[in-house]
Amino acid sequence: MESLIQLGFFIALLSLGFFFGRRAERKHYQSIIAREDQYRNIVVTTERLPSPEFLGHQTELVAGNVVISVDYFKVVVAGLRNLVGGRIRTYESLLDRARREAILRMQENALALNAQYVINMKFETSRISGNAGQGIGSVEVLAYGTALVPPPLNA
Amino acid sequence: MIISNIEVIPNKRVVEHLGLVQGSTVRAKHAGKDIMAGFKNIFGGELGAYTELLQESREEAIKRMSEQAEAIGANAVVNVRFSTSAIAAGASEILAYGTAVRVEDR
Repeated sequence: MESLIQLGFFIALLSLGFFFGRRAERKHYQSIIAREDQYRNIVVTTERLPSPEFLGHQTELVAGNVVISVDYFKVVVAGLRNLVGGRIRTYESLLDRARREAILRMQENALALNAQYVINMKFETSRISGNAGQGIGSVEVLAYGTALVPPPLNA
Repeated sequence: MIISNIEVIPNKRVVEHLGLVQGSTVRAKHAGKDIMAGFKNIFGGELGAYTELLQESREEAIKRMSEQAEAIGANAVVNVRFSTSAIAAGASEILAYGTAVRVEDR
């Protein structure tokens, strides 16, 4: 009887994770794709040095970060995948969402400074375990770079 | 104070290198938020409270770094890098470090 309750609890968590997690992921991807279109004109590169045409520009550090949590379904699928090895797609999409969201937020910051270019972009990823003992819990992604702010027109 | 993660700043010339400066902070969120995050681990989605916390911590780390740079007479910190590590359950350390320099207009 007790194990039956446990099984029921497990299945409930699994389906909650599956439905809500999928919905959250779909909505998030929609918003990412829409905003990527919107910020397409803000160029982000990993170039280390500004090219000569940016003489006269100011530099400003811009960053964007996001913490995204896994859902229960993803954790279970990843656990099963661990047994046989191979790609863990559920985690791949999690990190993909986090990276793209972090870049978008950085671009937003650059736009607020009136900059069109962000160079030397770098990523920093860290695991936030929270109270999920094993598994990844949630991930934080930070994207940062140097925005090249054009000088004011009347200067 | 110019803070940048590139080495060369347009229109400026580095006149003096003053060495490495750093700033760090260790933060934790209160237990209630941690419990909420635990629930989120079932449903998935963004943890807004943590995003905010880490952003604030990073700003604090940058502030401490620039204070240190100012104390040794620098007016810019170049090649800034960030590093995050979870040092205990529920607490994370954020470090910002870079090279303190004195720059002049070219």
